Amino acid sequence: MATREDRSKAPLVAADGTPLKEALRRSQAIERRRAFALVAPLLFFLLIVFIVPIIAMMWRSIYNPEIREYLPQTASALSAWDGEGIPPEPVFQAMAADMIVGVENRTIGRAAARINREIPGARSTMMRTSRQVDEWSAPYREKFLEEDEDWANLEFWTILQRESRLITPTYYLLAMDYEYNAQGEIAPRPEVYQIYRDLFFRTAWMSLLITGICVMLAYPISYMLATQPARISNLLLILVLLPFWTSLLVRTSAWIVLLQQQGVINELLVGLGAIDSDGRLRMIYNRTGTIVAMTHILLPFMVLPLYSVMKTIPPSYLRAAKSLGAHPFRAWWRVYFPLTIPGLAAGCILVFILAIGYYITPALVGGDSGIFISNLIADNMQGSSAQLKLAAALATILLVAVLFIYWLFNRLVGVEKLKFG
Amino acid sequence: MKRLLILTGTAATLALGAAYAQDKELTIVSWGGAYSNSQDKAYHEPYEEKTGVNILTEDKSANALAGIRAQVEAGNVTWDVVDMLQADAQRACDEGLVLQIDPDEWLAPAPDGTPASEDFVEGTMGECFIPQILYSTMFAYNTEAFPDGGPSTVEDIWDTEKFPGTRALQQIPQKNLEWALLADGVPADEVYDVLATKEGQDRAFAKLDEIKDNVIWWSEGAQPPQMLADKEAVIATAYNGRIFNAQVNEDQPFEIMWDHQMFETDGWVVPVDTGEEELIKDYIKFATDTQRLADQAKYISYGPARKSSAPLVGKFEGTDIEMKPHMPTNPKNLETAIPFNVQFWADYGDSLEERFNAWVAG
Repeated sequence: MATREDRSKAPLVAADGTPLKEALRRSQAIERRRAFALVAPLLFFLLIVFIVPIIAMMWRSIYNPEIREYLPQTASALSAWDGEGIPPEPVFQAMAADMIVGVENRTIGRAAARINREIPGARSTMMRTSRQVDEWSAPYREKFLEEDEDWANLEFWTILQRESRLITPTYYLLAMDYEYNAQGEIAPRPEVYQIYRDLFFRTAWMSLLITGICVMLAYPISYMLATQPARISNLLLILVLLPFWTSLLVRTSAWIVLLQQQGVINELLVGLGAIDSDGRLRMIYNRTGTIVAMTHILLPFMVLPLYSVMKTIPPSYLRAAKSLGAHPFRAWWRVYFPLTIPGLAAGCILVFILAIGYYITPALVGGDSGIFISNLIADNMQGSSAQLKLAAALATILLVAVLFIYWLFNRLVGVEKLKFG
Repeated sequence: MKRLLILTGTAATLALGAAYAQDKELTIVSWGGAYSNSQDKAYHEPYEEKTGVNILTEDKSANALAGIRAQVEAGNVTWDVVDMLQADAQRACDEGLVLQIDPDEWLAPAPDGTPASEDFVEGTMGECFIPQILYSTMFAYNTEAFPDGGPSTVEDIWDTEKFPGTRALQQIPQKNLEWALLADGVPADEVYDVLATKEGQDRAFAKLDEIKDNVIWWSEGAQPPQMLADKEAVIATAYNGRIFNAQVNEDQPFEIMWDHQMFETDGWVVPVDTGEEELIKDYIKFATDTQRLADQAKYISYGPARKSSAPLVGKFEGTDIEMKPHMPTNPKNLETAIPFNVQFWADYGDSLEERFNAWVAG
């Protein structure tokens, strides 16, 4: 017979005799599984359309199979080469064998295209030689050298040896305006090819500038929206929302109509006599065009979070501060402004991160000085000399940069402070 | 509208008991605009009517090489026939992305029995490339901007004092670099030799620097006529067919400057592994015969690539305008013309394109 004390030490049990803790765990497990089942479709969706492609893209930016795959014998023969002088006969013999196979499978052009990126004209030499090589016999070395002096080019062999690696940092170097020089060291690219670093910085500072302008424009309008009587604020809200609902392309094209040299604004200025017809302002197809159009397009993303936060700030706080003797500016700065920070932070991070990846608007109205890094990524995916791998490297860098900015923002402001409405 | 046409076309042929089943389909990739329209009228619609095959079109030729590469690499080829520039076709061919072609097996002979391999303009037929048209890229201008007469030579294009205003150039290095060297005094037959050297490239970019502040860039063939019409630019490089189309169909006051026009070939390639080879062969045989190529010239001012088609070229459809004087191949227009060097750009395209992009954005 158990005493009262014993019973209190014994574990609590459910009606069916299992310990209560166990029963709770079990019932919660069911809950958790149910919750997971509800989320699973989304997770699965994200995995298939988002995470897998991103990993594939990142993989592509370092994967370098062309030489290994299409010139396999040459790649292994070159691994024994010390890099001094023109390679020995076995390398040429391997090259000849690879070429014969490559011509038959019509894959030799893929290896040639890869090398041509490093040495312009190498493609021709390789294609020309490969068309004759099946008529030659050993020893091959002299025949190659006789056929074209390019085969005596040490750089060609050095590059071939280097790019036999399956994993290469080459595309990341290119994306940062660096390359391997003839000695195989990492060096800055010639100045005429440098572009990507500048573009990354330009994208960042222009996005920052656009975010700044959005804050300047959105803060007073949001304040008005939040404090005016409903009749006025509803009308103002429509003015903010109407463009928000309009298609991106329509809004961008509308700016072209307004800003171009024969456009509405220039015509108006000429008509008013403010400028003369030969001195029409160039407001589009340059940096100005990008800033104006993007500010307009991104403005609602700043107004809406700000408005929703301001709406919740009781006007009595400001009145109280003023009645206690604070100067209106001091009252605003010490009482009102800190309360709007969650909305301001949300607006800034939204606008900045949207801006940094913008593509269509800069492409349409940016001309040459107003394009963003995303336009260069697109260039590298299309066109006849498309460099998908360089595009992948650039995109990966952009992705990492955005994640870093988000992390930094989280450390400085705190994501829990964000209020989107 | 187009789908409706196709549907009714298909329905009509079915009713007539056409030989092919209605579920046969071909996806044809081309350039869009007035050019695709001319292909529709001259090849696609008659072929649909004749066979009941359903032809789907995509306007993706501007990125055709990248597209075929990606499709072949992914093992999922959805394009059956692709309209492509010759330089790109050569690269695609070397890389094994497109089928090799035996002209006499694939193509119809001329009406007088001349085999196809001898009936096309010299140097246009490729290992994998079937030429359709010769087209030209040249300068055009809006006459309203130059009441005292417009530019007549490539040097004039660089003369911003005498011919003030914005120039719209295509945002690719091809042709712009050649013209820059010509304007800098390089003789036409040495342009590509000079451009192959580093000094020559520096010289071309330095010459382009001179007008960079007066330049805006275009990337789609439909843009230059639009920019000229808007007077956003007063001079533009353009494809001759687009300018002709704007002159005739839209009554625009445009003038073509034929000096140092650069002409090249455009044509078909067939990606590997489409699984529709027989149907594609049948289509191409039809679409590249003498009559079809001559028909196309009724709708756009591009010269047929078949020699036997040239005498059949007549008037612009629905008008009294003779097409021959508007063809880039018309002797008068060819006086100072420069053949576009496909081989040079296959070799130097990568590095010059990179440098050009850096220069434009810089």
